Amino acid sequence: MTSYNREQIKDIIFDALGAIAPEMEPAIIAPDRPLREQVDIDSFDFLNFIIRLHETLGIDIPEKDYAELLTLNSAVEYLARRCAADQ
Amino acid sequence: MYEFRMPSLGADMEAGTLVEWLIKPGDEVRRGQVVAVVETQKGAVDVEIWETGTVDKLVVETGKKVPVGELLALLRTAGEPAATAPGTPAMAETPQVATAPTIVAAAPPRAEAALVSARLRVSPSARKLAEELGVDIASVQAAEPGAVISRADVERAAQAKTLTLVAAKPAAPDWHAQMRMAIAAAMSRSKREIPHYYLATDIDVTAVSSWLETENLKRSVTERLLPVVPFMKAVALALREVPELNGFWVDGALRPSASVHLGMAIAMRGGGLVAPAIHDADRKSLDQLMADLRDLITRVRSGRLRSSEMSDPTVTFTNLGEQDVEGVFGVIYPPQVAIVGLGKITERPWVEGGAVVVRKVATATLAADHRASDGHRGGLFLAALDRLLQEPERLR
Repeated sequence: MTSYNREQIKDIIFDALGAIAPEMEPAIIAPDRPLREQVDIDSFDFLNFIIRLHETLGIDIPEKDYAELLTLNSAVEYLARRCAADQ
Repeated sequence: MYEFRMPSLGADMEAGTLVEWLIKPGDEVRRGQVVAVVETQKGAVDVEIWETGTVDKLVVETGKKVPVGELLALLRTAGEPAATAPGTPAMAETPQVATAPTIVAAAPPRAEAALVSARLRVSPSARKLAEELGVDIASVQAAEPGAVISRADVERAAQAKTLTLVAAKPAAPDWHAQMRMAIAAAMSRSKREIPHYYLATDIDVTAVSSWLETENLKRSVTERLLPVVPFMKAVALALREVPELNGFWVDGALRPSASVHLGMAIAMRGGGLVAPAIHDADRKSLDQLMADLRDLITRVRSGRLRSSEMSDPTVTFTNLGEQDVEGVFGVIYPPQVAIVGLGKITERPWVEGGAVVVRKVATATLAADHRASDGHRGGLFLAALDRLLQEPERLR
């Protein structure tokens, strides 16, 4: 498993989001506000977002952890923790 | 001789532009085959043919806008000899003058990309890969000018893709205007002609929610079911019990449908919506419904719909719960006779056996055509929906 630092994880999140919501501008995403308030995504888009993260990072994110992906900051923290645990 | 005509792809469609022929004279076609791409106010649509035979003649050239019902092509059915049409050159011999689609967004968002892609030469596997990778096929360049876009080209584009590149501009204003016009026409007709009545029922969805949670826990992320999927099945099954809500109002009479083709209201990125059908939703497993829904949403947002999906939903289902809406009273899409709505699932105080408990509750609604059914029957539908949702393990 590849190891990722927080900057790389942030880029991976933006890549996954950007593929789903092309109009999103990473520069104006407030890192501590809910992503779904800032990017127009529905549950289908969100599931695809999770699938993309799964494909890139190789981790399976259970539904009960979805709340951890609410904001950019919490998502980076959660994914960094999960990737480290899988080492 | 079978006459292939411009199909009506919804009540709001008066004409369509033939963007591309996928067949030529002499080709064998099968019933259900996609034979042409037609551009409508709601985007480009793959049009199927409902007859098997040999293409005799293409009557309408690409780029031409023709009204619904106009003859597009002639088909020889089994045993028919080739028609002789002296003086009428076959379309294949006519130089194909590429007429630009009327709507080409400078940086097309996902829904509009289909219009542009219709003009590109793309191998089917490359198109599929582009969809999988989320690459706008219109932005992919072939290795050599004029060459067919291949998988390798798509892969290259996916790698080169940066966020700045895909940050699409808002859709072209005329595209939006067209979409609004299409919705305005259908909805105005609905409110002018259809005497709607509206019903709402709060349903305890604790059972179906926990069933889904347990089910998804067993599944890998790619196999998970969206919360709406068991509701789709329950709606489709409940409609079988009250057939007056499933079908069309045509020439002053109800034509109930034996099949439940569930029109799913799907928002398009950047505005507008379509409600294409998931065919025979009452007979499909939840896994199949999820696969169909995934395919449909993906094509609404980044690909193309098929004509049968546009023209034959027998009822519409709209789920606005994700926008925190508690209940939605829909406007019926004519000539359908009902639209079912689902609001947000919230924890609410619920009285059970004389005690107040906390349950997961959602408001289900029905807007129905009073010419075709009455409130009593509508109420039976919502009661059936409630009953079916209490036994989620039987929805599979």
